[in-house]
Amino acid sequence: MVMQLHLETLDRRQFVVGAGAAAAIFALFRSIPASAEKPQDFDATFKSIVGDAETGDSGVEITLPEIAENGNTVPFSIAVESAMSKDDYVKAVHLLSTGNPQPMIATFHFTPLSGTADVSGRMRLAKTQEIVAVAELSNGKFLVGKQMVKVTIGGCGG
Amino acid sequence: MSNNKPRAKISPANPKVGDVIEVKTLVSHVMETGLRKDKNGQVIPRNIIHSFKATFEGEPVFSGDLYPGISANPYIAFHMKVTKPGALELTWVDDAGETLSTTVSVTVG
Repeated sequence: MVMQLHLETLDRRQFVVGAGAAAAIFALFRSIPASAEKPQDFDATFKSIVGDAETGDSGVEITLPEIAENGNTVPFSIAVESAMSKDDYVKAVHLLSTGNPQPMIATFHFTPLSGTADVSGRMRLAKTQEIVAVAELSNGKFLVGKQMVKVTIGGCGG
Repeated sequence: MSNNKPRAKISPANPKVGDVIEVKTLVSHVMETGLRKDKNGQVIPRNIIHSFKATFEGEPVFSGDLYPGISANPYIAFHMKVTKPGALELTWVDDAGETLSTTVSVTVG
């Protein structure tokens, strides 16, 4: 726009060079978001698990280190309060990441024979982020727990 | 994965009927994410253990669908209610189709 106003004072050669530079800068800005790896959508993954069901926010306890020094191996522990009886138990716990290239980390399936809905393991985290655990109950309800974790050196990819 | 022996341990080692015991499992596996590139810039194909299953005398106890966000050499700990003595069978399957398994015998004290 500015260029057009000054068009009369520019000769043709200057205009071409200027337009080229502007195009180059524009291309550079465009290429930044395009080249960065696009993470799969966390919201879409969350929605695919929960659907339109209502979710509660109590009863899911996520234990994580406050600061994870090595993102390649971050210990986690998830415990869901449940009677774990034949008619009332936790069917599954979905472990999701909000900052990894792929939001799904794992889905763990329980049965009344599990005795308690409690699982531990080790995960990779690309950067500082919030971890989300979704517990799927036998009565069709969902409980959601969230926990922040700081990651000093990211794992995943390379 | 061929010369790879998964490890599993229950605690307490001598449970009573009705106890809920913890089962700790560990298996060696690279858990290649499929996101990394080698030094020639070629993507290293994904190869992870995508499935873990625990059954007690044929009845399902616990299972896991794993994704590349699980660390190499996956450690998984879960629980089981002891109803009788028997065999706890553990199975891991990776993207290359290889299956690893081990059995823990649960004796009731």
